[in-house]
Amino acid sequence: MTKRLQARRLDGIDHNPWVEFVKLASEADVVNLGQGFPDFPPPDFAVEAFQHAVSGDFMLNQYTKAFGYPPLTKILASFFGKLLGQDIDPLKNVLVTVGAYGALFTAFQALVDEGDEVIIIEPFFDCYEPMTLMAGGRPVFVSLKPSPNQDGELDSSSSWQLDPTELASKFTSRTKALILNTPNNPLGKVFSRAELELVASLCQQHDVVCITDEVYQWLVYDGCQHVSIATLPGMWERTLTIGSAGKTFSATGWKVGWVLGPDSLLKHLRTMHQNSIFHCPTQAQAAVAQSFEREQLHFGQPSSYFVQLPQAIQRCRDHMIQSLKSVGLRPVIPQGSYFLITDISEFKSKMPNLPGAADEPYDRRFVKWMIKNKGLMAIPVSIFCSVPHQELFDHYIRFCFMKVKDRPGGGKTSSSLPMPPAGMGRGAGPICVGAG
Amino acid sequence: MFLARGRLCTLGSRPKFLKTICASKILGLSTSAKMSLKFKNAKRIEGLDSNVWIEFTKLAADPSVVNLGQGLPDISPPVYVKEELSKIAAIDSLNQYTRGFGHPSLVKALSCLYEKFYQNQINPNKEILVTVGAYGSLFNAIQGLIDEGDEVIVIVPFYDCYEPMVRMAGAIPVFIPLRSVYTKEELQVIADLCIKYDTLCISDEVYEWLVYTGNKHFKIATFPGMWERTITIGSAGKTFSVTGWKLGWSIGPKHLIKHLQTVQQNTVYTCATPLQEALAQALWIDIKRMDDPECYFNSLPKELEVKRNRMVHLLESVGLKPIVPDGGYFIIADVSLLDTDLSDMKNSNEPYDYKFVKWMTKNKKLSAIPVSAFCNAETKLQFEKFVRFCFIKKDSTLDAAEEIIKAWSRLKF
Repeated sequence: MTKRLQARRLDGIDHNPWVEFVKLASEADVVNLGQGFPDFPPPDFAVEAFQHAVSGDFMLNQYTKAFGYPPLTKILASFFGKLLGQDIDPLKNVLVTVGAYGALFTAFQALVDEGDEVIIIEPFFDCYEPMTLMAGGRPVFVSLKPSPNQDGELDSSSSWQLDPTELASKFTSRTKALILNTPNNPLGKVFSRAELELVASLCQQHDVVCITDEVYQWLVYDGCQHVSIATLPGMWERTLTIGSAGKTFSATGWKVGWVLGPDSLLKHLRTMHQNSIFHCPTQAQAAVAQSFEREQLHFGQPSSYFVQLPQAIQRCRDHMIQSLKSVGLRPVIPQGSYFLITDISEFKSKMPNLPGAADEPYDRRFVKWMIKNKGLMAIPVSIFCSVPHQELFDHYIRFCFMKVKDRPGGGKTSSSLPMPPAGMGRGAGPICVGAG
Repeated sequence: MFLARGRLCTLGSRPKFLKTICASKILGLSTSAKMSLKFKNAKRIEGLDSNVWIEFTKLAADPSVVNLGQGLPDISPPVYVKEELSKIAAIDSLNQYTRGFGHPSLVKALSCLYEKFYQNQINPNKEILVTVGAYGSLFNAIQGLIDEGDEVIVIVPFYDCYEPMVRMAGAIPVFIPLRSVYTKEELQVIADLCIKYDTLCISDEVYEWLVYTGNKHFKIATFPGMWERTITIGSAGKTFSVTGWKLGWSIGPKHLIKHLQTVQQNTVYTCATPLQEALAQALWIDIKRMDDPECYFNSLPKELEVKRNRMVHLLESVGLKPIVPDGGYFIIADVSLLDTDLSDMKNSNEPYDYKFVKWMTKNKKLSAIPVSAFCNAETKLQFEKFVRFCFIKKDSTLDAAEEIIKAWSRLKF
């Protein structure tokens, strides 16, 4: 072939920083605290739901409705209708997608046009930028910045904030959408109601669509409350709320996600969906439906997975914070999500010249050094930033604490682990990594 | 004739009669002045909102209707396929993310299977991509390789999604009507033209195992000079009668597959893990017994050939003129001899076959799909007397269809 092969829409988005780090992790014998997935099983009721879906009615092996398996769209409508205070129609206001990742893609492609601007809050889940670019859009970045803190105190993700004036200045007549992620990956910030009100008022003032990625909505700690921006006045009609079964039920491999929103927006996502993948796998949807039905019965009670999981993971978070402190790192205490970031400035000043390419941000070189010399993997936070702002974040690395089998300080755990709390699932359960 | 403007692609080495998107309809703007402009859809999906499946699946959803429309098997998948998935549901590690471009054991199994046909090694990591159904492979290939202004040759009738996917990529579909079934010679003509005009070929081979006696499936990518310019698409759903697993794959040279992989990492990132593992296990079972009549790749076409023959006979008995298919699980039939009076059907702008199927669904409780749904606007008239029946149905469904058809023929004669 003599012609250029790839379509122009792939320009600038072909490189994926994960590929390099995943490869490194698989090559060495490392404790992998990098990637965001649990190393413990989904809860029993979810596993049973999947088993039921694959061994019951054989017609579940065939196509279901394109926009979502009916029992799933029904339970999502009912469950989230209550949470969001909206009358949600399973056919008009719910779309099931291949993971929240698929939901994000569908939303960007359905709504973002060539030249449209999309406001992205940094640090951000890395796919938002290439998805904006692939849709021909122009990403406009605004950074969360840490407030100065007292010496000796560990930072909290809550102290990382947007400057309201700066945020307002990012909205132009070309702004089509703002993408919000709360709880935030990688920082773990849970946006407060007041912060969301600021975002909401700007979205309304400038007639902007808000795409809100709320995959970690149940993983909030220290009594923090997750607030869905779609519940704020004037926001339901301009908000797409994205969720994930993988993160909700600790089953990332099922790849079931969803979007909730007004029909005026969802109809465009449906058009995109029917011209991209059309249907999602049936049985995983059936398993998710059954799992939500179970949770609906237990909602708000101590037996609810959505109550137990954050309690258990908070302990994991706290253990990890202690472990990291003990080896001279300075973690930022996350209010939510699977992740925390940790300040490596001290290492940067003590070992500034780690091997790597000339313009390679420090955090990436540090992670590679850490993998090779300490057998520990994390993810450099500069991956979650725009190129011009990488310097602001190149002294942070991200750890995932949804892990029970691996712990920092070297070596994998031995086989026997404490019994998990009742209802958390078989096997190890999320009892976490101990200090060193 | 092919036009050599920009970059051309041919689609569908073997015609797949499944879907189409109806003629364009301009999307209305939201009427609220406050929200009107910003909430408009992106241009790429303009006019792509209607869909024949959404319309006709609704019609056939009535449980009293015998549904021979959508290509959905109502037979059970093979026992061992179901068993593999059941076993896998108990394995914890398979509930989390796997490799984005394809679960390792699956791409290895696919590589092993297809190496037998391509006579060269297929690199499982660089020359295979696992996608959300063959539909997803088509999407990835078109998004990855086709640019605004490119021309894409589409052979009519066509699996309906080709047209909207090509349009969504900003490209221009160029329609060429099919005149005969693809023989090896016809494929060679296509191959020669692709090579002469330096064109890519996207070959949708989802029904590759479903060929009937006296016929052979040829993979255009195996023709000289074609491997380096062809993406070949396959489907677990059609291979193992598990359409709800939504797993497909693209196979091709790494200089093409890498662009489909770029699309993947910016769209769904990865496909479901447990289903991929189950598929890998099912493939290994059949890879080990390719010459055995028990191998599903052999047993399914045998089973379907019987059903095909039964359908042909049934349709002939009521005055429908079926075109006997050499492969796939659909049969199209000419309904013009019936000369059914459809004058009281609403919406007289619709093609004849749309009205006929709606009439047949309502009055005979039998559904099918209008073949003009698989045509572009200009060729709809040529095919408007044809309807498509799906015959991958259990015997009791075909029995029910037979009852209806026999009663129908008694009325006529």
